[in-house]
Amino acid sequence: MLICLDIHIKLFHYTVMDVNEVEIDIQKLNKSFNSLHVLKDVDIEIRRAETTVIIGGSGTGKSVLLKHIMGLLQPDSGRIIIRGVDVTTINSHEAEKLRNRFAMVFQSSALLHSLTVAENVGLGLKEQHRLPKKQINEIAMEKLKLVKMEQKYNSMPEELSGGMKKRVAIARALAMDPEVVLYDEPTSGLDPIMAGNIDELILELKEKFKMTSVVVTHDMESAFYIGDHICMLYQGRIIEEGDPESFKQSENKIVKQFITRHGGAGI
Amino acid sequence: MVNPLEYIGRNSLNLFQLVGELIQLFIHTLYWCKQALRNLDKIFYFMVRMGVNTLPIASFTSLFVGMVMVLQTGYTLEKFGMAESLGAIVPIAMARELGPVLTALLLAGRIGAAITAEIGTMTVSEEVDALKTLGINPIGYLAMPRFLACLFMLPVLVVYADVVGILGGAVVTTAYFQIPVTIYFDRMAESLEVIDIIKGLVKAAVFGVTIAIVGCRYGLKTSGGAAGVGEATTRSVVCSFVSIYILNYFITRLWM
Ligand SMILES: Nc1ncnc2c1ncn2[C@@H]1O[C@H](COP(=O)(O)OP(=O)(O)OP(=O)(O)O)[C@@H](O)[C@H]1O
Ligand SMILES: [Mg+2]
Repeated sequence: MLICLDIHIKLFHYTVMDVNEVEIDIQKLNKSFNSLHVLKDVDIEIRRAETTVIIGGSGTGKSVLLKHIMGLLQPDSGRIIIRGVDVTTINSHEAEKLRNRFAMVFQSSALLHSLTVAENVGLGLKEQHRLPKKQINEIAMEKLKLVKMEQKYNSMPEELSGGMKKRVAIARALAMDPEVVLYDEPTSGLDPIMAGNIDELILELKEKFKMTSVVVTHDMESAFYIGDHICMLYQGRIIEEGDPESFKQSENKIVKQFITRHGGAGI
Repeated sequence: MVNPLEYIGRNSLNLFQLVGELIQLFIHTLYWCKQALRNLDKIFYFMVRMGVNTLPIASFTSLFVGMVMVLQTGYTLEKFGMAESLGAIVPIAMARELGPVLTALLLAGRIGAAITAEIGTMTVSEEVDALKTLGINPIGYLAMPRFLACLFMLPVLVVYADVVGILGGAVVTTAYFQIPVTIYFDRMAESLEVIDIIKGLVKAAVFGVTIAIVGCRYGLKTSGGAAGVGEATTRSVVCSFVSIYILNYFITRLWM
């Protein structure tokens, strides 16, 4: 019954909001930590119901960028426009409301170490105090099945491998029934088959639920497979962006090297 | 060479900022107490844990403080033939001052440090950020239950410490000064007033709040990995100690 209602609301929602509109628009974003200038005039448009992939070397600021989108870090300058509203100019309560259907998968998974796997997945729903316990458990199990972790529902995070934690973190993000999901290296630490499963999951969520995804990854194969739009971050700047095909044709030496792992300019 | 004026200036600015942050966190935590009823299980869990962790050491401390206080004051009083009034001195000192302060210091070391270490670990491992992304306010989820647990548990522990200290005093009074227990307790009944006990408990509640807020503040502000957690824990305990001494002075002053 409730699930029907949920789907109904979703359908209604998306007939109202156009697909492929700009969901998140980042303009001239700058961020420094003390003397370290991490993000330099970053511009990105993230379109609704598309998968935007962000690639780039280690330490170039990909995680920092995702945390800005999520509101966990505040920019030094620049604008972050979510559904037409510049969140850097409104108060934190309003900004939170705009982001309430955003979810994030952390690079470190960030599971709560004192809770079991199922409790972690159901945590957000439980603290909203809207659904009965039984239903929260059902949703948690359903999401765990998506990432093939249902058998470990009663384990503690410390008993899991890195890749298993990642999958639980993905289940936890999806449990909140989000419209926008930010994935920070969702497939790092996973074997190729499991990584492929996660890729399929991201595609399926886009097709079925028109979910908007932002995926940070080092896995170029996966980037070309799931990405509708790919951006490359290099030393805090976007140096190349476009759809997978145009990206493959890029003349930029650094991009070429990143894609093929070989070929000239040192990163 | 650091300019001494600059040094003093910067440190007092930091101090003001710290006090401001503590007050702000206190207000936010109070606001999140609106969800206390839903979290009774968590609050209860923390209270039990605090009790179990601190009861043995708190009893031990107040027992010996009660006993040594009788030894120290007893000999002087005996010279003037006033050893009987031990029953008037020890319980009042216990209830007004030593019970609350000693218990609070113990709790700052045990519970305050644990609060900072736990929340600090969660902060550096991005668990606190993860809470935010799930729409959960870290102050409501982490600080509020610990705050209420400290607020209610510290007075309970202080009552217990008072009783143990007074009994310790009674034992030494009869053993060394040959004063019957009944006289000790008669003197106590004559001189110890309910208001003394209540004042002690109010102090205890204030200290409990202080320990929780300081512990949470340092936990939520932790950075720099495991080493950062260690550092934050030490700072948190020092800050709790100093706050307890200062608050104790001013509360006592207020009641003079
Ligand atoms: N909270 C912080 N305080 C200080 N410096 C930070 C902080 N977070 C990130 N940095 C710095 O910002 C830079 C970018 O970090 P970020 O985590 O975004 O890299 P990344 O692109 O995600 O790398 P990786 O692919 O290795 O995850 C790094 O040099 C890092 O040291
Ligand atoms: Mg990263």
